[in-house]
Amino acid sequence: MSQDGYNYLFIGLSFALYIWIAFRQQAGSTKEYYTAGGGVSPCANGMATAADWMSAATFISRAGLLATSGYDGSRFLMGWTGGFVLLTVLMVPFLRKFGKATVPDFIGDRYYSKLARFVAVVCAIFICLTYIMGQMRGVGVVFQNLFGISISAGVWIGGSIVFIYAGLGGMKGITYTQVAQYCVMAFAYTIPAVFIAIALTNQFIPQLGFIGDYLREGQEPVPFLQKLDEVNRELGFAEYTAGSLSKIDMFCITAALMCGTAGLPHVIVRFFTVKNVKAVRTSACWTLTFIAVIYLTAPTIGGFARVNMIETLHQTPHAEAPTWFKDFEKNGQMKWTDKNGDGNIQYFGPQEEAKGNANELTFGSDIMVMANPHMAGLPKWVIGLLMAGCIAAALSTAAGLLLVLSTAISHDLMKKIIKPDLSEREEINWARGASLGALLVAIYFGINPPSEFIAKTVAFAFGLAASSFFPTLLMGIFSRRMNKEGAIAGMAVGILFTFSYIVYFQFFGGTKEQYFFGISPEGIGFVGMLLNFAVSFVVSRVTPAPPQEVTELLDNVRYPDKEGAESVIAHH
Amino acid sequence: MSFAIVSVFKVGPWLVRNQEINIHMANSKGALERYWKANIKIVVGLLLLWFSVSFGCGILLRDWLDAHFPSVGSAPFGFWMAQQGSILCFVGILILYAKLMAKLDHQIQSEGGTER
Repeated sequence: MSQDGYNYLFIGLSFALYIWIAFRQQAGSTKEYYTAGGGVSPCANGMATAADWMSAATFISRAGLLATSGYDGSRFLMGWTGGFVLLTVLMVPFLRKFGKATVPDFIGDRYYSKLARFVAVVCAIFICLTYIMGQMRGVGVVFQNLFGISISAGVWIGGSIVFIYAGLGGMKGITYTQVAQYCVMAFAYTIPAVFIAIALTNQFIPQLGFIGDYLREGQEPVPFLQKLDEVNRELGFAEYTAGSLSKIDMFCITAALMCGTAGLPHVIVRFFTVKNVKAVRTSACWTLTFIAVIYLTAPTIGGFARVNMIETLHQTPHAEAPTWFKDFEKNGQMKWTDKNGDGNIQYFGPQEEAKGNANELTFGSDIMVMANPHMAGLPKWVIGLLMAGCIAAALSTAAGLLLVLSTAISHDLMKKIIKPDLSEREEINWARGASLGALLVAIYFGINPPSEFIAKTVAFAFGLAASSFFPTLLMGIFSRRMNKEGAIAGMAVGILFTFSYIVYFQFFGGTKEQYFFGISPEGIGFVGMLLNFAVSFVVSRVTPAPPQEVTELLDNVRYPDKEGAESVIAHH
Repeated sequence: MSFAIVSVFKVGPWLVRNQEINIHMANSKGALERYWKANIKIVVGLLLLWFSVSFGCGILLRDWLDAHFPSVGSAPFGFWMAQQGSILCFVGILILYAKLMAKLDHQIQSEGGTER
């Protein structure tokens, strides 16, 4: 069978599976639509959360970014896994105990105010829209790669599929779809890594190959990382193990990503689908384990692919270049211009370029994962699986986000603020309508992205979440004195500050010299978060304390195992 | 009803000294406070661990660790922590959290039982 045949087969099969699951698991009530009825097993929820969590950016461009950024890329690795520690020990057990369907629900009740609920709804919509754009873009890139259609057509196709199963099936539909999607992703990501690890280092486990020896016939074995550093140095790139970001920027970006993770509404609501607080904790262990499988593999794929690509392409006559290279050239993802006219491909980094050696090869970081199996000469079905995995990654995250967007509008805005007498049927219809609206906006921005790299668009969503939800939720749980005035002021200041900083440097030509303490827009969410903490603390101390019902609510939330407490009483 | 009776048993000795306090509240408040304090202790401990393996080893002390610590395979220690080690530690931290909290839940329940 041809490569196209395998691609169509894997993608077609996976789509059929997702839609089949979605139809079997259609949500009948709002409880099923918002939280899948609350009875998902911890392990299944762990897989679903991992799929929800790992976006197109993680899947497609993470390894590529890691390959070119080396140590600097660690900020993504630590940021997006470490956030789960914060999320688990500080947030979800308590929010689950509170037992409502959405994050604005908690904020609205804890801060006894429609305005706080409204601000939370706006923040949720904002974060999810920023995030979902990157996902739609990711779907577009995969489809372009696959079928040679334009990115915008790809975005439209992906969007329609997400609408079918997320908009109609609700949380119940997407949970079980995401379980399937995680499996597809995990296989698609690790199998090529295992193959290439065996080829380059003779190790079955890529993580061991990464710290093991690089083997080539007729050459002395050298430690792989040393080889990677050498290759980079020779071509005038920064060494892989060296870092270029300042410590403060690195610290701030990592912190923003971690706290952002803990404030992302679409991840938090995933933990509302399990039975009780104990199940939340177990589920979080599963989630991080499943995520770690992919994140521990990402740097190895990046490193292997980079060495392999340079060894294959650098100084190779263009006429003799492998077919995969020509394919990527044809669809415009790799570009070669013969600047010195010798007919060979030269790939040089900034330091060699400064010496007058022109770089002739350009490509986006998205290409590493896509090209990896081709470069390693893996069987065709692996590539088909990989394509299905890419699409699974983008679809699962987009679906999770879409759900939060639609519930924010149907539940928090319509039912709780504008029209309290909404019937359950009407509420679900509003949710479905809202998901369609949100999707159209996401599709528009997927076609006209405000930022170059998929990963960057996503990183901004984290900054926004870190500066708005994280402090507000945290203080809502851990501070008895925090009141509505403090929370609203904090959220507003945090998100406005972060948003305007990002917009200024992205759209109005701000330069690096103007960075606040050398902190890039990616890391500014951390500063926004500190501002949020400070503002809400000060404002809450000069305004009246929260009413008694709220402190009672807090006591209730803080004692997570109510079932346990009741059983003690019953026991006597 | 049975709840009220149990409450009297639980806080009985203490109540002699503090007659005016509502027995119902005193019992649940006391248990809650102990539970919450123990919970905070666990959280703070684990977060210290979390901070030191990621921000500590991976970022702030990275250069020093690279130079002074034995390397992991061929990877310098600080670098390896940033790219792989911290993630493994995070998983460990969450497993520990689930275990410790389960133990705490159990403890507070059996404590309620022995007080009778």
